[in-house]
Amino acid sequence: MTAKIEMIGVKKRFGSKVVLNGIDLSVEKQSSTVIIGGSGTGKSVAIKSILGILTPDEGTIRIDGEDVTRLKGAARDPLMRKFGMLFQGGALFDSLPVWENVAFGLIQGHGVARSKAKDIAIEKLAKVGLTSDVAYLSPAELSGGMQKRVGLARAIAADPEIIFFDEPTTGLDPIMADVINDLIVSTVKDVGATALSITHDMTSARKISDRIAMLYQGKIIWNGPTAEIDRSGNPYVDQFIHGRAEGPIKMAVKA
Amino acid sequence: MNFFAVIGRAVLNLLAQIGRVTRFTGQTLAATVSVPFYGRLLVQQIMRIGYFSLPVVGLTALSTGAVLALQIYLGGNRYGAEAIVPQIVVLGITRELGPVIAGLMVAGRVAAAIAAELGTMKVTEQIDALTTLATNPIKYLVVPRLLAAVISLPVLTAVGDSIGVLGGYLVSTYNLGFTGSIYLKNTVDFAKSDDIISGLIKAAVFGFIIAIMGCYNGFFSKGGAQGVGAATTNAVVTSSILILAADFVLTAVLFHTS
Repeated sequence: MTAKIEMIGVKKRFGSKVVLNGIDLSVEKQSSTVIIGGSGTGKSVAIKSILGILTPDEGTIRIDGEDVTRLKGAARDPLMRKFGMLFQGGALFDSLPVWENVAFGLIQGHGVARSKAKDIAIEKLAKVGLTSDVAYLSPAELSGGMQKRVGLARAIAADPEIIFFDEPTTGLDPIMADVINDLIVSTVKDVGATALSITHDMTSARKISDRIAMLYQGKIIWNGPTAEIDRSGNPYVDQFIHGRAEGPIKMAVKA
Repeated sequence: MNFFAVIGRAVLNLLAQIGRVTRFTGQTLAATVSVPFYGRLLVQQIMRIGYFSLPVVGLTALSTGAVLALQIYLGGNRYGAEAIVPQIVVLGITRELGPVIAGLMVAGRVAAAIAAELGTMKVTEQIDALTTLATNPIKYLVVPRLLAAVISLPVLTAVGDSIGVLGGYLVSTYNLGFTGSIYLKNTVDFAKSDDIISGLIKAAVFGFIIAIMGCYNGFFSKGGAQGVGAATTNAVVTSSILILAADFVLTAVLFHTS
């Protein structure tokens, strides 16, 4: 069976700063992988490379076995329709009401009629625990937790095959974070999607993943089943998951 | 620091900037001629860029026409040529001041607003979100603004031309002792359609500049509130400078004086 997502030797640098230094990662169909790593280690760059928002300097990215590394423009459209993404800050369109945010991909990307897309949007909002009266509010009127839910509803609206989660619990209180984690697990299962997430919240990582990969200095230094992360035998992983200041990872105080 | 290194870096930055603007413009033009076409967004942008700019363009045109009439009268008076006021006013307004003033006012009002809106969308990842929803951000955000500006500016200028001539008429008839009917007859007899059309062509080019510079600076803004602020300032400054530069080139080309 070919992997749903495959990254082979992916490198990306900005100016003289090497961010990804040869990433190899493979995500099986309908599995959930979480990439962990400190701030600024290139987790977002890795996801944006798969999405095609950034183009890698070297290496190959395959989706369903097809090389999509340098696919651009209209040729990329069918691929983009397979994706859904929950952004860290929600990235909701503040010029549109909640329901149009959720229905956006259906209307613009999939050509669904507005009235039908609205029905689907309200149904998806219900799946993330929001009632239909929220549908007519503007995103700015919602709390952080509700914005995350709307973002999640938008990510799953078009029944994507692959969903990306960028720091899904950042900025939420622990209870709301757990609610979002539960929603992620249930919606991903419900849609039957493959999930790739990035986070530095270990509670969230343990809850939503089947496998965890740790990114450090532009490379995947450990990759294994979530259940085995406490027995990784890797001092970098141990330091990270226990959140210790002392260890092989030195925080660059001077940026 | 090495003096030549400083100059070299500045030149390289400038060339890189020109390259990015050119590529951005090319991508926008390519997106303009391909499906889908966002008609609703175009109408919305024409309202925001064109319709809501009417008061500020009208007001500046009125005062410019009035002041122009006054100055020509005072200047012409030295040679006993004060009767030429209506001709100079209509020529100055339609060829030059109408489009340039509309362009600069809209640059201040609209280029800034576009850069701030798209810049905020950029830093809050809304532009990336469009991409993940299988929507081309250039087509969805830039093309409607570009078309709206290119359509709106000539219309605004036509309205501004009329109001500017009206400003000159009001001052001339109330303050300077001109007879209204003769003033209008001199204006209409003197103005040629070329004078007006050349001004409208200029206005369309200015609209293009305003939309591209507003969108470009918004799209490439980085780093939070400060970055968006810088993008807004750059959008107004670059579009204003380019409008003045384009005005000179267009005047030379349209009237074959070069």
